[in-house]
Amino acid sequence: MGRYLIPLVLFMVLVGFLLVGLNRDPHEVPSPLINKAAPAFTLPQLKDPTKTFSAQEMRGKVWILNVWASWCVTCRDEHPLLIEYAKTGAVPIYGLNYKDQRPDALAWLGELGDPYVLSAADVDGRVAIDYGVYGAPETYVIDQSGTIRFKQIGPVTPDVWSKQVLPLVQDLNRKGN
Amino acid sequence: MKKLLFVCLMILSFGVTVVAWDVRPASGDDPVVEKRLMDLSKELRCLVCQNETLADSQAGLAEDLRREIREQIKAGKSDQEIIAFLTQRYGQFILYRPRVTPTTYLLWFGPFVLLIGGLLVLFRYIRYHRDSVKEEPLSSEDRRRATELLASNSGKETA
Repeated sequence: MGRYLIPLVLFMVLVGFLLVGLNRDPHEVPSPLINKAAPAFTLPQLKDPTKTFSAQEMRGKVWILNVWASWCVTCRDEHPLLIEYAKTGAVPIYGLNYKDQRPDALAWLGELGDPYVLSAADVDGRVAIDYGVYGAPETYVIDQSGTIRFKQIGPVTPDVWSKQVLPLVQDLNRKGN
Repeated sequence: MKKLLFVCLMILSFGVTVVAWDVRPASGDDPVVEKRLMDLSKELRCLVCQNETLADSQAGLAEDLRREIREQIKAGKSDQEIIAFLTQRYGQFILYRPRVTPTTYLLWFGPFVLLIGGLLVLFRYIRYHRDSVKEEPLSSEDRRRATELLASNSGKETA
């Protein structure tokens, strides 16, 4: 009996590891930016390139930065959800238009609707590098002090929104006031 | 044989595509910068494809990151500074050789622990079996029977 126990235990440990591994998405790389200051940037606005938008302007507010592009397929899936979230008015959503052509981006917003307070145009993707973006869509929740509190890689599904984003935003707003 | 040749050709053509995907230094670029860029980006992971180095990847992000590294090299940054820049943004995952920290001890030393464990089990097993076999010298009776058997056997073979 004893001689079979050790291999059995080892096997169960292996199965445990494999089970955990199966349920994890290897594309979700933990961001080192969580609880760090959101990188500063100043970029031209997508709709009116003569105006700029900078992350520093948002001090004192809880806000969401959503990285999107018209060439990004998953962004198209996420877009109607963002419009729904924006309608609730729970938190302002700002867009970072990532490596896009301006006419394409404008056409996309015209066709699908615009959930963003405004979008900043990151044409060469440098700001995205500062934010550690590697696959749009990506979404950041940034607090009053300009600290990144949460990052979602891939679409913000209704589940993520109601279980993670909304409670966090409410919590941050309570603490801030 | 034909099959083997086909497989060889497949492997060869794969090798050629990999080489063709390598970073080609843009003409007019400083070869010293390009050499450092190549060496650095071979140590870095492309986050989009994950199992490719930054040197091999053709993903848009990989191109942007190579551009970023190239500019930082030209700006006189050291390799350590550039790697620090990237790990601040993308985490240790971007390093193909993660640093030795408590969270990576298992990764770095696990295989050696397993190897030593396996060797210990093997040695114990061998010793156990060696001790359990008792060597007894042949008695004169056994020896007589053995020669008898051998003699009768060789007799049959010659017949």
